[in-house]
Amino acid sequence: MSQFDASATASAVELAPAPPGRRRATRRAGGDRPRRARRTSVFWLSAPLILIAVTVVVLPWTGLLHDPHQQDLGNPLAPPAVLSGGEWSHPLGTDKLGQDVLARLVEGGRLTLLIGLVGALVAIGPGTLVGVLAGYCRGWVDVVVSRVIDAQLALPFILIALAVIASQGSSLPILFLVLALTGWAPCARVTRSVAMTVRERQFVLGLRAAGASEVRIVLRHVVPNLAGTIVALGTLQVGTAILVESALSFLGLGIVPPDISWGAMLASGQDVLSRAWWVAAFPGLAITVVVLLVNLLGDALLTHHDPRKRRR
Amino acid sequence: MANTLEQGTAAGSGRRPGTPPGDGGTGPVLEITDLVIEHRRERSREMFRAVDGVSLAIGAGETVGVVGESGSGKTTLAMAATGLGATGSGGLRLLGRDLRALRSRELRALRPEVQVVFQDPHGSLDPRQSVRSGLRELRGLQPERTSWIDDEALLEQVRLAPELLDRYPHQLSGGQAQRVCIARALVMRPRLIVADEPTSGLDVSVQADVLELLRASQRTAGASMLFISHDLAVVRSICQQVHVMFRGKVVESGPVDQVFTDPQDPYTRRLIEAMPGARWRARR
Repeated sequence: MSQFDASATASAVELAPAPPGRRRATRRAGGDRPRRARRTSVFWLSAPLILIAVTVVVLPWTGLLHDPHQQDLGNPLAPPAVLSGGEWSHPLGTDKLGQDVLARLVEGGRLTLLIGLVGALVAIGPGTLVGVLAGYCRGWVDVVVSRVIDAQLALPFILIALAVIASQGSSLPILFLVLALTGWAPCARVTRSVAMTVRERQFVLGLRAAGASEVRIVLRHVVPNLAGTIVALGTLQVGTAILVESALSFLGLGIVPPDISWGAMLASGQDVLSRAWWVAAFPGLAITVVVLLVNLLGDALLTHHDPRKRRR
Repeated sequence: MANTLEQGTAAGSGRRPGTPPGDGGTGPVLEITDLVIEHRRERSREMFRAVDGVSLAIGAGETVGVVGESGSGKTTLAMAATGLGATGSGGLRLLGRDLRALRSRELRALRPEVQVVFQDPHGSLDPRQSVRSGLRELRGLQPERTSWIDDEALLEQVRLAPELLDRYPHQLSGGQAQRVCIARALVMRPRLIVADEPTSGLDVSVQADVLELLRASQRTAGASMLFISHDLAVVRSICQQVHVMFRGKVVESGPVDQVFTDPQDPYTRRLIEAMPGARWRARR
């Protein structure tokens, strides 16, 4: 599991703005065409995500789907409709209890996307706060925060999750607590480094010379200059949260029946994988697609969210 | 309130709004005596003296230059003079008030009296703020001080078209951005302008313009100026007094013409000889 954190941190480190010299060079090089390409890439990446989100919210109300909890023990592990022996009444087949995979995929998507969204927010919020504080104040605040971040990143994610869930039981709020505990540190580390570079910019000195208070400088100048990084970090964190939930549910520590998530579906499909691959493959595919889209969107947003490219 | 710089100066020759009491306006604007500033070297306990026993004074309306190569402590000195950087030990009086004895609130009230123009004009402007919204913020911070001129007239003062008000920093050329920085300094009606290599980051073609603007606006605003540069020709053209710094120490100081025509210190002599066109100028 820790490799998810590691990859998130690795790509997040690159989010820190390039040194001014390099940045100016890219600004000169960037004409109109790359800007338009970037804008459309944000659109083409966010459109399918919105589509997926709308689908999982709206589709259950239409009555077209089976009840995701309705068991049919006479028809377990029915293959998807396109395979031989499949029926269109269960387009993606059924699991070992005869429950419709498509209905469960949609139902599980709601919870999974919710976890991704809220899980990102609970990690980004405190992470940004602590990171900006440390990066801007420096001194002992920075020393303390940096050590805590290091300590946090040294703890294996699964250890924290096990400790919290074993003592508190498994529920949605506890899952968010785990996501916050494990997600804030990488965010804090990145925002800290960006806040440090913004702090050293000369306009901060100029504002101080004009009599601006430190609180004002942070809220009105440092944080807005971090906005692109925060948005990008947030989208990456959505992907991480979904993966974390899947991993926990897979281990039986996350979402427990009767609630459905993609991770929980993945777990329930593992013991029948050789006979009925579709039970695990579709939620697995859904996780992959959503996380990939979200991460690409994060990258696109980072380059898009820059006043230099906003208008000319 | 007065709307042009000239009128503003006339009103400002008395006590300006926001000027701290106890300042007669007759003493030096900035008085530095035996200033020592030390930095801790990275990853070591060793201390590095960036400024080593420097003394200088700037009278009202005077322009004092500090020249030296990079690393000679010029910028550290400038930052100390503004109260924005490390202040070290030794005498440091701004408008007759000891900068170190001030509480943070008093210091913040005093700060608008000193405005800084930096080397990198783009770094001195928040990339997320248009020129107009940046000025609006300054006006919000110091409503009384900045009410003497409106945005359009202010831009005219620094010879910029009013259309530039809605531009973002990245849409400005280096020269334009530096003019905006000068405008942002002028709007505060400072008693002292600290210009830290204000033309070094600019194209040669605009350097002279910006320099001329700086000189003119400093004169009409009646402010003093501390001019930091490594460019001797520039210092000679703009300053009355000059201090030559070498490794944190002032090795020579005096009126500009005297220092340039009759340098006493070997380092100063070397600097002047290294000036482009020095021989030609000497023959003349």
